Amino acid sequence: MKPLPRLFAFAAPKSFYRLATLTIPWLYGLALLLSAWGLYTGFFVAPTDATQGDSYRIIFVHVPAAWMSMVLYMAMAGWAAFGWAANARLASMMARAIAPTGAAFTFLALWTGAFWGKPTWGAWWVWDARLTSELILLFLYLGFMALVEAIDDTRRADHAGALLAIVGAVNVPIIYFSVRWWNTLHQGASISMTAAPKMASTMLMAMLLMALAFWAYAFAVVFSRARAIVLEREAGSEWVQAMALKNAGVSNDLE
Amino acid sequence: MIWNSASDFFAMGGYGLYVWGSYGVTAAWMLLEPVLAARRHRAAMVAVAELQEQGDNT
Repeated sequence: MKPLPRLFAFAAPKSFYRLATLTIPWLYGLALLLSAWGLYTGFFVAPTDATQGDSYRIIFVHVPAAWMSMVLYMAMAGWAAFGWAANARLASMMARAIAPTGAAFTFLALWTGAFWGKPTWGAWWVWDARLTSELILLFLYLGFMALVEAIDDTRRADHAGALLAIVGAVNVPIIYFSVRWWNTLHQGASISMTAAPKMASTMLMAMLLMALAFWAYAFAVVFSRARAIVLEREAGSEWVQAMALKNAGVSNDLE
Repeated sequence: MIWNSASDFFAMGGYGLYVWGSYGVTAAWMLLEPVLAARRHRAAMVAVAELQEQGDNT
């Protein structure tokens, strides 16, 4: 058999594990650096908003969290689908690694939204299309996590989870376009590819920096969890056993 | 400069509760989650080592 092309080198759990081990500290470092820069810009450079006062500063965590909640869902559904279709174990593991972080960002988007809605709309929660579809996203994440945990046969659990994730993916464009399709209390998109920015450039800068920080954080924490999942699922494999033997050797040397 | 003093900064123009309520919970989770993920990895490593010991005994 011909050797696999390099493109798929990291599709093997072993190669991915090594790649993740190397990149995680850098990703966390990058997340820290970007959030420090973003928070400085958001709190000390961006001016107070003329109509919303300083409450608008919630946007610097709210919008990046909401973006991540949708991006991570699509990534989770994509990996789950690929893991099912191509029978790729690592892809299914990635889907499981993404779910808790995606659920957390969904919760944070709702939480920070409530803390922004109260002073601006006078209500912590309204049954508006945007808020309701984002709440459904949270239930989809939790449903995926509960489903894959509930089925003992790992691969069958992966397939069932993939089905749920794929069907639920319909909800993501609904969230995104909800502010256009329905008359919502929630404001329209903060960033548009076709229109000039509606925000002051320093505000926009802070929001984009925080979004990049959240991206780096999400990669780091998902890789970190994926590393644990790889070990849990490949515990009996030769390379994991060899690595454990090597680690044991290292700790014996230290004693 | 936007803020005249530290208390002015923490007051957030009267929106302190909402701004810090948002940032506080976000920061708390983003500090906790990496710890949980690292712990899960450590637990998995321990399980692998135990499996190996069982293998050695048989």
